[in-house]
Amino acid sequence: MSQHEHDHHTHAAAASPEITFEHEPAPNTKRIWKTFWILLCLTIAELALGLSHYAFDLHGWILLFLKGGMIILSLAKAVYIVSIFMHLGDEIRNMRLTVLVPLLLFIWFILAFLWDGVAWKDLRNKYDKAPPTEQVQPHGEQKPGHLN
Amino acid sequence: MSTHVPAGYKWWTGGKSPFNVSYGKLMMWVFLLSDTFTFGALLISYGTIRVSHNYWPDPNHVFNAFPLMGHANLPLAFVSLMTFILIMSSVTMVLAVHEGHKRNRAGVEKWLLWTILGGSLFLSCQAWEWTHMITGSHSVLIDGKIQEIGSTITRNPYGAVVPGLLDSHGHAVTTPGPVGFGGFFFGITGFHGFHVFSGVCLLALAYFWTRGGRFDRLGHYEMIEKIGLYWHFVDLVWVFVFLCFYLI
Repeated sequence: MSQHEHDHHTHAAAASPEITFEHEPAPNTKRIWKTFWILLCLTIAELALGLSHYAFDLHGWILLFLKGGMIILSLAKAVYIVSIFMHLGDEIRNMRLTVLVPLLLFIWFILAFLWDGVAWKDLRNKYDKAPPTEQVQPHGEQKPGHLN
Repeated sequence: MSTHVPAGYKWWTGGKSPFNVSYGKLMMWVFLLSDTFTFGALLISYGTIRVSHNYWPDPNHVFNAFPLMGHANLPLAFVSLMTFILIMSSVTMVLAVHEGHKRNRAGVEKWLLWTILGGSLFLSCQAWEWTHMITGSHSVLIDGKIQEIGSTITRNPYGAVVPGLLDSHGHAVTTPGPVGFGGFFFGITGFHGFHVFSGVCLLALAYFWTRGGRFDRLGHYEMIEKIGLYWHFVDLVWVFVFLCFYLI
């Protein structure tokens, strides 16, 4: 709005003195309903992927690809919820970055911990297997560090 | 809703908030950010334990029941309904916020009531699902004997199928599944359900405040926006709970 002056509080009932530029109310609910349909379609697409590995016997890379697809669809849903429903997309850049930049920590968080989980699985498979009895050595012959 | 800020406007020169939101709203965002990491830590620890096992139950086989449908095999049908209810309640919440911007008290009241209904329905669905998980038993081979067990935080009947072994009803018998399954499922959906419950309480409070004319006296409906942020966050968390427990 051109009549907004520098540092001027335009509405008498501004929600708070911290707000320099008042948000304009949306003229209608078109955007809300559009977002609802997008979220519904994304959820149906997710379900289709989720059920497809029930309907068909999928393994290996195809299953991994399918799961990646579901993760991307979920992230898309998250973006719509945060940006439109929570109105973060309407906030100024300082506000958006204050919320979004700390989320970058999740990149390390997820990678490091899943990596650790996989390493744990490898250790289980290497050491936790009940060995066939004829291959078990007498205790006296086992040396530290040579459990396998 | 849009904000028109002149190009090159200096936010960091002092005398004003560089975030252009009220203190309360900023603090709600900070709280939600911290809660994001709480839920993130829970879901990531679940992921760590899950990938550390060679076998993990397939959600399509675990979540296949629907109320009043007996033993019909309907994978993911009930949780899809729950997801739809929560998305719908997010829409009614944002409509309440929209009416609040227009300072339309009757509109805010109407959409808050719909949101409370959605939240309560979701909680009821979750109560049914938990009951079904805990009491619905399956034949599991434990210590050489076939036992009927349900899912709890210490027992998981969804292990690998024992080849060629059927119980007296002709159902396949399984080995016990990874014990972490129930703990993570009940812990995380429970913590999320607790958030939904707190959200419903806040919405009920907001409804009575709105009816009492509190926000008309204040001249703005910002409290509805703040509770709305919390409610949408609960929906947002469900997106990832749904992904991690039911889809993947």
